[in-house]
Order: sequence, then structure tokens, then C-alpha cells
Amino acid sequence: MTVAAAGAATPQTRRRPVGTTARNLRSLGVYTLSVLVGIGIWQLLAMSYGSTLVASPRETLAAAEELARDGTLANSVIASGRRILIGWGLGVLVGVPVGLLVGQIKIVRQFLEPYIEFFRFIPPVAFVTLAVVWLGIGESSKVVLIFYTAVFIVTLNTSAGVMAVSESKLRAAASLGASRRQILRGIVLPSTVPHIVTGARLAMGNSFLTIVSAEIVAAQVGLGSLIWTSRNYGRIDWVFVGIITLGILGFVFDRVLRIIASRVLRRYGVKL
Amino acid sequence: MTKAIETDRRETGSAPGRGAAVSVDGVGIRFGSFQAVSNISLDIAAGEFLCLLGPSGCGKSTLLSAMAGFEAVSEGDLRVGGAPITGPHPGLGMVFQSSEALFDWMTVRQNVAFGPRMRGATRAAQTKLADEYLGLVGLRHCADRFPGRLSGGMRQRVQIARVLANEPGVVLMDEPFGALDAQTRQVMQEETDRIWRASGCTVVFVTHDIDEAILLADRIAVMTAGPAASVKSVYPVDLPRPRDEADPAATELRRALRADIGEEVRKALRDQGLDPGLDQDVDLKGNLR
Repeated sequence: MTVAAAGAATPQTRRRPVGTTARNLRSLGVYTLSVLVGIGIWQLLAMSYGSTLVASPRETLAAAEELARDGTLANSVIASGRRILIGWGLGVLVGVPVGLLVGQIKIVRQFLEPYIEFFRFIPPVAFVTLAVVWLGIGESSKVVLIFYTAVFIVTLNTSAGVMAVSESKLRAAASLGASRRQILRGIVLPSTVPHIVTGARLAMGNSFLTIVSAEIVAAQVGLGSLIWTSRNYGRIDWVFVGIITLGILGFVFDRVLRIIASRVLRRYGVKL
Repeated sequence: MTKAIETDRRETGSAPGRGAAVSVDGVGIRFGSFQAVSNISLDIAAGEFLCLLGPSGCGKSTLLSAMAGFEAVSEGDLRVGGAPITGPHPGLGMVFQSSEALFDWMTVRQNVAFGPRMRGATRAAQTKLADEYLGLVGLRHCADRFPGRLSGGMRQRVQIARVLANEPGVVLMDEPFGALDAQTRQVMQEETDRIWRASGCTVVFVTHDIDEAILLADRIAVMTAGPAASVKSVYPVDLPRPRDEADPAATELRRALRADIGEEVRKALRDQGLDPGLDQDVDLKGNLR
């Protein structure tokens, strides 16, 4: 939203919706153009390398229809989406309170920092084997890997947000009679919301990066497993379907997250 | 915090209450090996308006932070209403220079009701108090807006109302109008005078603006340049209120304060190794002595 000055803004306020619509139409136009150019380049690449290396847009669409018809595509989307949502959701649920404590209480920070600094450099794919050995080939091994990739980034962003809360807000709250606990819930948490949302969005991105490796081993269904099994069948077009669906799904998840966050959390300064 | 500080709480908030006396006795504040202020003694009477005036970096705000309970004193004794200050306390209200101190995600009314809410007042009492003090600062019509939508002057009014809603014995103000434009600042100074008389609080007001101090204070304490700043001299301001800047007595006082502070500024510059030649024959206004 633009800030409209009171008083002199009346004629402007009336004209603004038209301006907004025009601007929206124009950015929609640019998006469309961008997608069309991308598909064009893809088509050119497919023509010059042949369908054994690059499936053309048309072949990919046909493969998508084929996979959609027997239900593979929908099942893959649901299975991967579910794993991501559960793992990511748990990551946020655990990461936020831990991040608050890490940011707020020095001894907790000092105690956990070595672990956070250690594990955040180890990619989830390094744990795939261990996850399967320890947790079996069921859902839990995949969900845990997604949780692992989400929780650190949420924790780090939350604690960075806590440490960025302005000193004058904390002092003001203390001198107005708030207890430590009241300050944590009433001042620190709301001030940290924009950082938490950023952390949750980054974690969502990481979850999508992780889902493919999480489904390498022993997953019957899922977009990652679709990509891996297609390789075994030599179906480049299916691989393309898997990759593109993953991208679209990530885009949709992020959009939904942004819309919900900016609607529900606007008063906390979340602008997306 | 503890109930160590006994301030005069009013029943309804409508009758003028009395402020609490502040006694500063040989106070020094150190941060590690850095001595910010040293050996400050001041007795501030209940209901008095005292301005702490001094060159920037002289430790005025540090002293104020100690009075608010944010910093511990390293030497000496700091008491409010006879009780030592052990930490932040609702009886010691603080108005910050930056409106960052407001809670942006709360409406103006929720900001002002924060203190009463923290001490467990009923929702109806919270609203009543908030609206009463918003009325006092002239912001009743903005109660449901968010601070981010207000002008700088209005945001400082919200800060003042929020502090007063706690009905404190002492209000500490840290250059509250330093970030405002000249016109708004003038209006806020006049308003502060009116609000202070209506509330009856003791006010300790930090500023580096000589005119502001003359306009508002019962007494002006001039501080020496830091580090290890102390109180250089205290000037009573025996001028009728509301104050008139053009009053000959005010002009006289302004001249004295300017000379006093000018000396400190020159001393600070010398300490930093800067000697701009102001030393002997010219005062800060550029007049030959």
C-alpha cells in the first residue's frame, strides 16, 4: 500500500484503483511474456538436441497427460506435498520457540550454538542413508529429513529477529511494568514475526530442495521418486514432468504462504 | 520488579496527584573501565520540572537511564520517593527520543493501555484510562489507528500518554522532541508544559536545547562535558508560566547558560585535540568578548 497523505489526497484516492489495475495488467503481461520466451527457448533446445536429451514442451505435456490419466501425477503431488507440509510444519513449530529462547536467553544460545553451527552445514542428502536405516522406508524417514532441513533455518531466522528487537521497545515494556515472560510473549514475539515469516519461506524452499533426495531411496510414490524411477525407465519426458510439477508446486505453496502471512500478519509488519 | 518504589497513585486519575521526589547522591556510572558520569548530586523535589542540559555525549541520557532503572549505578545512591531504584518500575515512566519505543502492531489505544494491562486492570478500566490520557494529549480521535500512520509529533504524544496512563510519580524524558521539526517541537513544548501541570508528576527532561530548557524547567542542571561528567551548575528559572522567550530575564539566563555550555564544548574539543581557535576571544555566537 502506498501512504496517502490525509487531506489533499481525495482526487488521487479516487483515481488509484484504475492505476493499480493498469499496473497489475502490465505486470501480468510481463509475466506471460517471460513464460512464453522460456517455453520458446526450451522448444529451440529440444529441437537442436533431440528428444532423447531434451523432451520438447509438447512431449512433456503429452507425458503429463499420460501420468495424470493413470493417477500417478496426482498421487505424486499429494504424497510429496504431504511430506513437505508435515516436515516443514513441524520444523516451524519447533524452530520458532527454540529460536525465541536462543535469541532471548544467552545460556541457551551458547549451549545450542555449536550444534546449530555444525548441522546447518550438513545437507539432508548426507543423512538419507541413516534416516532409512534408523527409521525404515516408511513416511517418517522422509518427514524427518524435511523437518531437519526446515528447523535450523527457522531457528536461525527467529533468533536473529529476537536479537534485532529494538532496545527501546524492550526498555519501554519493562518500565511500563511488563515481566520477563510478558515481554517475551507481548513484545519479542510480535516484533520477530517478519523474521519468522522469512525463515518459514526459506525453509519451504529448502524443503523442496530436500524432497527429491528424501525420496531417492525406497519411496513408492512422490515427485522425487517419479524423477528417480523415470531415470531407470529412460523416460526423459517423465523426468521433465516431475521437475516442472515440483517447480509449480513450490511456487503455489510459496504464494499461498505469502498471501496468508500478509493477510493475517499484516499488523506485525509482514510485507510480501 | 519489587514494590520498592512508593509513588502516589491516584484513584481515578482525574485529580491532580503529586510526583515523587528524586534524590541523586554522589552517583557515578561506569561501563567497564569507562567512567560515563561521576559524583553527581541533585535533589529533585516532588512535582518539580528539572532539565538536564549539556553538550552531546556528556552522559545526560546515561544518568536518565539509571533513574529509569535501566542501568545500575556504580557509586553513590539513587532514590525515588525515599526508596532505592532496583530496576525498571511503572512508577518511573520513560519517554524515549525515538518513537521506535512504540509497539507498532498495537493500536494507539492498546499502546496507551499497555501499562494498565500489565498490572492486570480490567478491560473496561484499561480503555477508560487509555481514553482519558489520549484526551489529555489531544489524540482521542486517533485511538484506533496504528502508530505507523501518525506523524512524529503525534507518536511522541502517544508515548507521553502511555507513560501517564501508568500514573507514575516521575516521568523521565530523553530528548523527546529532538527528532521533530521546529514547528512541531514548539507545539510539543507548550503541550508538555500544560500536560505536566495537569498531571503533577515530577519530570526530569534531558535536552541539549537551551531554549527548550528555559521554556519548560523549574531548574536547569548544566552538565560538564564527558567522560566522567558531573553537574557543573544549577540554575533556577524564576519566570512566570507560560514562558515568554522574549522576556529580558530569559535572555539574561540564555546568555549565562550559553557561556556555561560553551565553555564545556570548548573543553571537550580541546580534549579531542581539536582547537578551532574559539578559545579566548570569541564566544560560541561569534561575538568578541
